Amino acid sequence: MVYVSTARFEIRNEGNATIVAFAGPLTATSLAPIWARAREAAEKTVGQLTIDTSGATRIDTSGAVLLLTLERDHPDGVVWRGVAEQPKELLARLRPALQDDTRAPQFSARYTGSRTSAWQDFLNRIAFFGQIVLAIIGLRERLRFLRGSDFFRITERAGAQAVPLVVMLGFLIGMILAFQSIIPMRQFGASIYVAALVSLALFRELGPLMAGVILAGRTGSAFAAELGTMVVNEEIAALTTMGIDAETMLVIPRIAAAMMVMPALAVGIDVTGLLGMAVVMIILGIPPLAILDQVRRATDPQDVLLGLFKAVVFGAAIGIIGCRAGLAAGTGSRAVGEAATSAVVGGIVATIVLDGLFAVITYRLGL
Amino acid sequence: MNMNDAIIVDGAGQAFGDEVIFQNVSFYVRTGEIFVILGASGCGKSTLLKQMIGLSPPAFGRIMVAGHDVVTEVDSVRRVIGVMFQSGALLGSMTLLENIMLPLMMFTDLPSDARADIARVKLALVGLVDAQHLRPSEISGGMVKRAAIARALALDPPILLLDEPSAGLDPVTGAGLDKLILDLRGALGCTFVVVTHELASVFTIADRCVMLDRSARGMISIGAPESMKRDSNPVVRAFFNRELPTSGGPS
Ligand SMILES: Nc1ncnc2c1ncn2[C@@H]1O[C@H](COP(=O)(O)OP(=O)(O)OP(=O)(O)O)[C@@H](O)[C@H]1O
Ligand SMILES: [Mg+2]
Repeated sequence: MVYVSTARFEIRNEGNATIVAFAGPLTATSLAPIWARAREAAEKTVGQLTIDTSGATRIDTSGAVLLLTLERDHPDGVVWRGVAEQPKELLARLRPALQDDTRAPQFSARYTGSRTSAWQDFLNRIAFFGQIVLAIIGLRERLRFLRGSDFFRITERAGAQAVPLVVMLGFLIGMILAFQSIIPMRQFGASIYVAALVSLALFRELGPLMAGVILAGRTGSAFAAELGTMVVNEEIAALTTMGIDAETMLVIPRIAAAMMVMPALAVGIDVTGLLGMAVVMIILGIPPLAILDQVRRATDPQDVLLGLFKAVVFGAAIGIIGCRAGLAAGTGSRAVGEAATSAVVGGIVATIVLDGLFAVITYRLGL
Repeated sequence: MNMNDAIIVDGAGQAFGDEVIFQNVSFYVRTGEIFVILGASGCGKSTLLKQMIGLSPPAFGRIMVAGHDVVTEVDSVRRVIGVMFQSGALLGSMTLLENIMLPLMMFTDLPSDARADIARVKLALVGLVDAQHLRPSEISGGMVKRAAIARALALDPPILLLDEPSAGLDPVTGAGLDKLILDLRGALGCTFVVVTHELASVFTIADRCVMLDRSARGMISIGAPESMKRDSNPVVRAFFNRELPTSGGPS
């Protein structure tokens, strides 16, 4: 269906009749440059319009739809000229189909929803990672497979809808940490250092870690379930046979969304965790200003930035693992559940392993 | 075999594990022909279609579509082929109209009202304009099948593979589908490979058909439907004669 030549048309006047003459292939892949102009030209014509297709080399149903649209938009009457036998049949077949003239809706996609050895499985994982990297490198040529609406929808679900959970968990974690550590510290009269301890732990470790656990549980599993369902329903196979790149269309927006929401989730945990800690400490009689002062002295922006960077990396890992678990789903409805489980487990394990790596690296670098 | 063959299947076979599903399947499909694949459930019809689009590479033999090898030149093959999967395989997250607009959006630069008009016409061809804003989960199984046919038609591919298009349809809708297939062949010269169990449909649309058999692990007959009624193989004769008296025979 790839044609080198494109469709053309010209407007001629013969006496007081206006003629639109088409030439070249009138097919789905060749019509884009002339569609709007041809409709405009036909609409401007007053009186009778003659549609001449004698120069057309091929007319498929898309071409026929264009011609019929011109006819529909021109109530003064249309005369057909040079229509070969086959297109004539096609036009007759399609004419009743075009009567219904409801306008195009917004494109608002909304997602609702073989045994291998361990070594082979590991290799597959690496290969999937490579495919994603390649998909990102080759993105410029495949931009058309990306749909912005997808990205925003996924971001909203992974980020905005997680806020209540983040607020609750962050606050509780802050409270629990403060309460647990203040008991022994009080014996040494060092209660105030709890603020230093908890804030440092939140910024560097617990913020990104908790955000990772939340993302793996809410979003990694959702990625796996959505893509797994698509595999089971042969939707991915259908996309592939249509020549649509499932990696670009489905995986990249998800990974990008996961990477984007993670720092926000981590900050949410940080802030609400500090609040929870402050509540406990204030109840136990430590003045708010002293707490604030202690937090400021114990931490610096570098700690926060390190935490945010870790969050982005965790987000990428969780996104990749979730998508790959979904796309690797087997057949049958059990496969979807298994994919979701392995996405959550894999996401949490990866988060903690990466966190360990970060600990080693930051220690080496003295950060 | 010549250059006019849309599809050449040369000794194709498939095995899952040690289990050979079929082997030594060879036939060709001429351009503009309506070719039907028959056979009892589980004999490998869907598997054979998947081989033709490079989704599951043939374990043995070789398949060429429009002069391209389905394994080594799979992209070229997919550009000329439209597929309707047995399950429909519509994207559950989109409405029917969006499902049909998707390939138009991906592969043409048509303005969005043009895409919608084209997609609506395809839905009208299968009688589904009224359901255009519904999602696949909100329509019946037969409607899913028809919508999947409309999607396969979206870009007017010269070759169409339909896996049991009329399964689950009432006889009138099924007959309408047969007429659509014949009309498209007449108007656009499309080549069709159709898997079906409906004998009436076979006699209406098929130029030639091939019959696969699970126990024979391959094809047991090929030819025009008329000639198959008198096939030397009793399995083929049984299949073709069983329903003949009630279905009214050849049209
Ligand atoms: N991925 C797979 N793994 C293992 N076996 C498979 C796989 N896909 C198909 N099979 C086997 O291949 C055989 C043929 O399957 P196929 O789906 O091609 O049958 P079919 O002829 O289309 O049947 P139906 O008419 O019921 O659709 C079946 O016996 C099935 O068990
Ligand atoms: Mg099948």
